[in-house]
Amino acid sequence: MRSFTYERPADARAAVAAASRSGAKFISGGTNLLDLMKLDIEHPSHLVDISRLALRDIDELPDGGLRIGAQAANSDVAADARVRTRYPVLSQALVSGASGQLRNKASTGGNLLQRTRCPYFYDTAAGCNKRDPGSGCSAIDGSNRIHAILGASDACIATHPSDMAVAMTVLDAQIELLDADESVRRVAITDFYRLPGDTPHLETVLRPAEMITSVVLPPPPPGRQLYRKVRDRASYEFALVSVAAVVSADQATIAQARVAFGGVAHKPWRSVEAEAALTGRPATMATYRAAADAAMRDAVGQGHNDFKIELARRTLCRTLAQAAQSS
Amino acid sequence: MNDPDAGGAGRSWAETAPLSAVALRVNDEVRRLEVDPRTSLLDALREHLHLSGTKKGCDHGQCGACTVLINGRRVNSCLTLAVMHEDDEIVTIEGLGDLDSLHAMQRSFVERDGFQCGYCTPGQICSAVGMLAEVGAGWPSHATADVASPRIALTDEEIRERMSGNICRCAAYPNIVAAIRAVAKAGTQ
Repeated sequence: MRSFTYERPADARAAVAAASRSGAKFISGGTNLLDLMKLDIEHPSHLVDISRLALRDIDELPDGGLRIGAQAANSDVAADARVRTRYPVLSQALVSGASGQLRNKASTGGNLLQRTRCPYFYDTAAGCNKRDPGSGCSAIDGSNRIHAILGASDACIATHPSDMAVAMTVLDAQIELLDADESVRRVAITDFYRLPGDTPHLETVLRPAEMITSVVLPPPPPGRQLYRKVRDRASYEFALVSVAAVVSADQATIAQARVAFGGVAHKPWRSVEAEAALTGRPATMATYRAAADAAMRDAVGQGHNDFKIELARRTLCRTLAQAAQSS
Repeated sequence: MNDPDAGGAGRSWAETAPLSAVALRVNDEVRRLEVDPRTSLLDALREHLHLSGTKKGCDHGQCGACTVLINGRRVNSCLTLAVMHEDDEIVTIEGLGDLDSLHAMQRSFVERDGFQCGYCTPGQICSAVGMLAEVGAGWPSHATADVASPRIALTDEEIRERMSGNICRCAAYPNIVAAIRAVAKAGTQ
């Protein structure tokens, strides 16, 4: 690992000021960043430790929502009684990710900002436009079984690895940010992430020294929430495809539905097409199949990952059927 | 390709940062260290404090051999920096018990033959102790049918899921599960 200097600022304002320095980077749980630093994929010259900032609490909001501090550990969010009862899809997504040890360390803000697990991003001998802009994409003509089927570009076909962010996307979460000039803004999670386009190294709309302070969940939507993850191993593995769904069914008719996919794109993928195909329709497999077709209408395989398109369809159908049954 | 010396971010490999002072509370003792900021907690324990019970397996958070308890919680010591743990309470396998007074989990691993080569065992035991505390606190897992339920029934499926961050290349898994199950049943964590 390359050398760096380290500081632990006392509060959030000092943290964003410290991060304005050239080559500086925030460190929180460190479970992804330190791994990438050991491999020389990330090489900050200065680390700003924000893990002890007073941003660990999960607070009730007057409208019935929750504010989750950016430094709240993944395991604390997953175990919070309010999250488990009101936002079970978030708890389910969190416990389906990583291992017990990693969830104890990984923070909410860090989980949102974790980098792709594309093997070419990790291989410093390979071309990768995300790691080294302009060096090409080795995945497009390489081994691309785990790669994106939606929203990819000629420059990058990497996927976003988070489970938590998929659940937050279906819950319409807002991300609260503090900038170096002390201005505060809120960004909807769907607007927070970028598609790769020609600039896959730019993954979010974060400004250089801007810091995530919290994630705001609006009041829970009506209906049954469910997260289903399909992967190569039963545990401790990233998703090939995952689905977060919220389905509210009245008798045999779907009143309202929300759908987001994980493992299929450069960002958690909210499918408004699937949602439109479900609203007001009978809660039957034919409806789910139509929604799955709508969701995957623009899907493109890269060869090895062609199977993911049908896997995503089937995972959605199965998730919707289960959610509608008990809603 | 990456040019190691290009750009503003990143120093050369040879350049070093000044040493940082850090005080860790390790197995009930305050230990003051001066370390390069790059030093992982794992390397601080093994190379600076000579507590070699904690093992380095993959050094990337994938195998769990380096698991220790920080403020009572299980964590991969390879994926965190020593300087980030000022005043934190760290318990390693040496702090859980010794030959004269084994921790219940250590004794159970011996009695149930929960290992072969033993390399992953300190991490398995620290992880199991942390895991049972999580179950005691009612934390859900991926094996929990209803995450909203405050009570966890510690089935073998739950144990396996919750211990999936600890790899055993000898595949002593059945006896590891048996050892943990026995401690959980006896209620002696």
